[in-house]
Order: sequence, then C-alpha cells, then structure tokens
Amino acid sequence: MAEKHTTSAGDQAYWSANVRIILISLVIWAIVPFGFGILLRPALSGIMIGGSDLGFWVAQQGSILVFLALIFFYAWRMNKLDREFGVEEE
Amino acid sequence: MDQFTLNLLFVGASFALYIGIAIWARAGSTAEFYAAGRGVHPVTNGMATAADWMSAASFISMAGLISFVGYDNSTYLMGWTGGYVLLALLLAPYLRKFGKFTVPEFIGDRFYSKTARMVAVICLVVASTTYVIGQMTGVGVAFGRFLEISNEAGLLIGACVVFAYAVFGGMKGVTYTQVAQYCVLIMAYTIPAIFISLQLTGNPIPALGLFGDHQASGTSLLLKLDQIVTELGFSSYTGHHGDTLNMVLFTLSLMIGTAGLPHVIMRFFTVPKVSDARWSAGWALVFIALLYLTAPAVGAMARLNITELMWPNGTNGDAVSMETIKSDEKYGWMETWEKTGLLGFEDKNGDGKIQYYNDKNPAMQAKAEANGWQGNELTKFNRDILVLANPEIANLPGWVIGLVAAGGLAAALSTAAGLLLAISSSVAHDLIKGQLNPNISEKGELMSARVSMAVAIAVATYLGLNPPGFAAQTVALAFGLAAASIFPALMMGIFSTRINNKGAVAGMLTGLIFTLVYIFLHKGWLFIPGTNSFADTVDGSLLGIQSTAIGSVGAALNFIVAYVVSNATEDTPQEIKELVESVRVPRGAGAAQDH
Repeated sequence: MAEKHTTSAGDQAYWSANVRIILISLVIWAIVPFGFGILLRPALSGIMIGGSDLGFWVAQQGSILVFLALIFFYAWRMNKLDREFGVEEE
Repeated sequence: MDQFTLNLLFVGASFALYIGIAIWARAGSTAEFYAAGRGVHPVTNGMATAADWMSAASFISMAGLISFVGYDNSTYLMGWTGGYVLLALLLAPYLRKFGKFTVPEFIGDRFYSKTARMVAVICLVVASTTYVIGQMTGVGVAFGRFLEISNEAGLLIGACVVFAYAVFGGMKGVTYTQVAQYCVLIMAYTIPAIFISLQLTGNPIPALGLFGDHQASGTSLLLKLDQIVTELGFSSYTGHHGDTLNMVLFTLSLMIGTAGLPHVIMRFFTVPKVSDARWSAGWALVFIALLYLTAPAVGAMARLNITELMWPNGTNGDAVSMETIKSDEKYGWMETWEKTGLLGFEDKNGDGKIQYYNDKNPAMQAKAEANGWQGNELTKFNRDILVLANPEIANLPGWVIGLVAAGGLAAALSTAAGLLLAISSSVAHDLIKGQLNPNISEKGELMSARVSMAVAIAVATYLGLNPPGFAAQTVALAFGLAAASIFPALMMGIFSTRINNKGAVAGMLTGLIFTLVYIFLHKGWLFIPGTNSFADTVDGSLLGIQSTAIGSVGAALNFIVAYVVSNATEDTPQEIKELVESVRVPRGAGAAQDH
C-alpha cells in the first residue's frame, strides 16, 4: 500500500471522527458510574433490583459491564473507521 | 493429607510452572526484554494485563473493604475498572503506534525535553517502588500463614522466583508467566465464591447470587444482610453513608490513576498492531471483570456468614459461646487466625459468650446495658484476612484453601514482576541509554536492564523485609502521582499539538508537587506520624477532600497549567506536530516497530 498517498485533509477528517466517537463514549463513561451509581441514586431509588435499588447495582456491577461494552464498541467502531478512511495497518 | 501438605503442594506446583515458563521464554534482544518482541496476541496480552494489574490489593484486600463498609466502598470497583476505558480510548492505541519502549520515552520525545523525560522517570520510579513494597509484604504474609515459615523466609523465596523469570525473561518471560498466574488467581478467587454462593443462594454464579434470594430465610440476600447488620447497630450495607463529593473524587482519582500507571501502559507496547491495542484493553477488562464482578458477592456473603456464625440463634437470640468456638470445627478458623494476631475476641463481661455488635451506636449501648454486655467482644477483624479465611469460614474442603494460598501469591508476584519491569526498563532505557551513555550497544543495554532489574528486586526485598511504617498508605501515593503527573502529560501529548515543552514540564511539576504536598499535609511529611497539619477526614481536611481523593484535583491543575503556559509561550516545532499527527493514525505502525 502507498504510505504517503492519503492527504493530510483525510487524516484530519479521520481524527475529528475519532474525537467525536471518543466524546460520546466518555459522556456515557461518566454518566453511568457518577450519575446512576452515585449522584442520581436517591432520585432512582424506586427502581428495585434483587433486594436493593438500581444505584446499588450500577455501583457494584453495572458500571463494569458498561465499561466493557464501551471498550469493545470503540475497538469495533474504530477498526471500521480505519478502513473507511484507508488508514488501517497493512 | 493434612492442610499443610495440601498448601505446599498447590504453591509448589504453581511455582514449578512459573520456573518452567521462565526457562522456555528467555529474552534475547532488548525488543524482547522491553516489549516481548511485540508478538503477543491481544487476548494473551489482556490476560497478562489482568494479572499484572490485579495485585495483592485486588485479590486479598478489596472484598474485605467492601464487606465491612458496603455500598460506599463501591468506589474501588468502579474506579479500578473505569480507568481501562480511559486507557483504551485515550492512550493505548496511540502509544502503541508511537512504537517505543517506555512511558518516559514518549513524554521526552513528544515534549522534546530531557527535563520532561526525567520528571516522568522520577514519577514512575516513585510510584512503582511504593507500589511494589505492598506486593512484597503481601508475599511474606501469604507464605507465613499458609506454609508456616517465617515472613522473611517466605519473602526471600518469592524474590528468588521473580528473579528467575523476570531477570532472564524480561517482558517476554513476565508476560507468559502472568498468563499462568492469571489462571491460578482467578480459579482461586472464583471457586470458593461459587461454593459459598451455592450454599447461601443456590445460584452457582456469585455475581447473580448477590442479587438473588437467601435460601435459609426466603428473602433476598441483600435485604437479609441489611436487616441483620442494622439490628446489631451497624450502618446498612446498601445505604450511602459517606460524603458524596469525596466518593466522586476518589473514584475519579482511581480511574485516572489506573490509566496513568506505567506498568499497565507498557503492556500495550507488546501487541503487534494498533487495532490489537484497542481489543487488548477490552480483553484485559473482561479478565479483570471476572474477579471484580465476583468481589462484591464475596464481600456481602462473607459478612452474612460471619454475622450468622457469631449469632447462631439470630440477632435476638444468644450469641455464640466460647465453648462452641473451642470445640465446633466450624469455628476452627477463629483460633487459626487468632494466632496471627489479625483476629481477636475476648469475653469482656465473662458470660461465656462472644457478643458481636457496634458498641459505638447509642441505641445498641442501651440494649447492651439491659443485657449486661460490656462492649463488642469480636475485638479485632483485620479486613485483609477476609478472602484468605473465607473458605475456612464457609467450611470448604482443604484443597480449596491450598488453591487460595497459591492464588494470593500469584496475584502479588505477577504485579511485583510488572512493576519491577517498569522500573528496570526506565532505568536502563531512559536513564542509562537516554541520558548517561547514548552510545551503549544493544548487548550492553540488555545487560544493564538485567542488572537494574536485579537491583530493583534487591531493593524491593529489603523494603519488604523492613517495610517503612507508611507501607499501607503508599498505594494512595502511587495512584495520586500517576493521576496528577503521568496521565495528563500523555493525554495532552496525543490530543493537542499546541502543548509545548514548557507547558508540559510546568503542568507535570504542578500536579506532582500539589498532590505530594497535599498528601503529606494530611498523612505527615514523608509519612512520619504527627507531622501532619490537617486530619485526613472529610471535615478536618484542608479542602474538604481526603488525601486519597486528591489525585483528580492534581490532574485538573496539571491540565490547566500546561494549557496556560503553552499558550503564553512559543508554538511547538513543525516536526513535533508531524510526530503527533503520525501517532494519531494507525497506518504504518509496522514501520515504527523496527526501532
């Protein structure tokens, strides 16, 4: 593959698309543990999960599952984006 | 077979395995020593990262921390896993594309500054050294308890095993040993948890059992637990009792600190491609989650088991009698652990029974007076023994106990090896090759990496044998430094082309000094007791923030100072902008590999 053929403009568009995906992912990364797990817990205490409320479950287990989903989503999405912009590794 | 022989068998077999791997995976070049030749499959690397990351603190201490506090200590669960999102999205793929060997090397090249590289080396060495002391003392404790030899002898055996595979194998030997250690530690953690979950809830998956029903009472497990602990005057297990701001900042500090710890970051240098670095972070978290989803179940179920053992006739019936503790084999663990000094019980009122309750609670004091109790009689329960004693508390077969012994050692040794590797790579590559003797041959560099590793093991062993009084508090220091200095510098180096050498150095020093001074103001200067100016509590602290939660504030200051200073000084040179742009796209990572 030609190493230098993609223009810098293509790389710029690739980078902005990447930053957009990162921002969306980080908003979810922050809202779930800090929002649902801690700050919003009193407001959502009516939703019961197995002997306690949603906030307790999110703080003890739910956040970890969301983190996992975020990382695998990002890896999948970025590998697709790499191909769309032709910047993947040979 | 008696318990001692079983423990010896499990620990001996696991050690033989590690040595066997060491002989098989010798490192021949610096690329193999520092980055395992960049040929590690992402799933394998994920498993090794998980073992590297999960230390004695995760394996031995975390469930105990959750068990005796409940919801408020969910901070550890969220903080120590949330950092992997930051690693996967913000650091790992770009640092892999950069294609060098150490974290300070990236900081030095990106900020075209030897000062920045040296500040990073100092942060790395201080953070990793303080962290490794805890692992070495953990090795000593596990040996002392399970193999009935002195802590000192145990520590020396552990150091010799790490020496064997880390000095000769480097990153290559450490990686494959860590894969084996992960398998040992995860079996050791989950097998007893599965037994206990089956006993209490009938559900073979502990993570689901935690939210299931308690079979003996028919109500849900968490409701039952909340009920019995509040009846004894303790605060409810699922309730929020601490300070919310500190909970948020502490969780955030653990997340940023996790993403900034060099021994974790450098594991992502070992995979073949940028896309592998992204997947590998996900696999690491899968393997970590297997333990972290089980830990809250272990904590809650152990708390329930212990409380019910102390009150076999319910919290309104009679407490357990001294006679039962001495004769009933269900209580054998109490005597075993009492010998270690980590568990204590005393019949204060001389009624022949051991009343376990919260004697600080005014309502319970009234009840105690009416019943003739004279204070809580389960006088000491060290939180660190919970996981190690758990199989005995639940009356599980002897081989499970042997497995837990091998698992605790695997967790401590794998983390110790990763930290020692980070220290020795940095000393050999950043200090000796980068600063003192740039013309050193590959063979000479490999030799100096091995010698620095041997020296680091000797220093860590010495500190493990003579732990400074502050050993337990230094983990907060390691996370604080990683969060306040290393993580922001790496992130700005990738996401901004504008941050220059002056901004980066000013930011790192601000974060570093602010965090260090804040910790010392609350924990004492160099952790010497009595030299602190503020109490390390929510109300007593300088900013209303406890010293363990200050790393995130230090990180924020680092970002702000770096931004302001960079914008007030000259722009970055053109070649640095090109470097940043090349790091941002995966294409061409293969070329970067040929260092």
